[in-house]
Amino acid sequence: MAEDTARETSPIELSLDSRLESADAAEELAIRVAREAGFSEEEQHRFGMAVRETVVNAVVHGNRYNARKKVYLRIAADKDRLTVTVTDEGEGFQVENLPNPVAEENILQQSGRGIFLVRAFVDEFRVRRAAPKGAEVTLVKYRRRD
Amino acid sequence: MSVRLNTRQVGDVVVVDVSGRITLGEGSSTLREGIRELLAKGHRKILLNLADVSYIDSSGIGELVSAYTSVTNAGGQLKLVNLTKRVNDLLQITKLYTIFDIYDNELTAIRSFAS
Repeated sequence: MAEDTARETSPIELSLDSRLESADAAEELAIRVAREAGFSEEEQHRFGMAVRETVVNAVVHGNRYNARKKVYLRIAADKDRLTVTVTDEGEGFQVENLPNPVAEENILQQSGRGIFLVRAFVDEFRVRRAAPKGAEVTLVKYRRRD
Repeated sequence: MSVRLNTRQVGDVVVVDVSGRITLGEGSSTLREGIRELLAKGHRKILLNLADVSYIDSSGIGELVSAYTSVTNAGGQLKLVNLTKRVNDLLQITKLYTIFDIYDNELTAIRSFAS
């Protein structure tokens, strides 16, 4: 039973380079934390992909691959939820300004689905401006009770 | 493992067996180059067999869309077969199942090009 094996772990914090490989590392870590917290394999996959896409967004659109900028990742797990914060040092973004990728006029666009998928794969998605600059994205995924 | 492409001809259809991960970076550019080469060789009926695609991210989904528009703009047809559950889920979420012609059987997919 996943409930019985779930355990609370100390938050893990990482400072990642603004490179695509950082998304691989972040996803791997997210899946491991979800697995150790007792989340199902499908939930691990979805959580890992959400973290991956969020870090890619931070590296590509936030820090724009700037080697002098970092992406800060914090992952915490408890018996009810997984919580991730991804912070970049870019200009920030307004989620309401992102085009809707499933709208008819956008459906054949090559890009623009990353944050959309993140929102589909987690239960809570929040963006706020980080201090002194950048975007701080928080994802929360709850354990399924069914 | 990054993405690998293996092409085979079945009648006038080129079946591309795609395997590995289609993700931002090398994985997505490999697919793009593969489609470009097929179009340059004059192929216009292309079936992507995604049975062995272990992972695809939003960039990979974008590459599938790009492949679709490249082939369509060249007057051809690009179809998909043997989607894994996860790839299928992504196409459902992004509503791209309304765009792509998707099959779960290769023979049926190949025959569909003739109709």
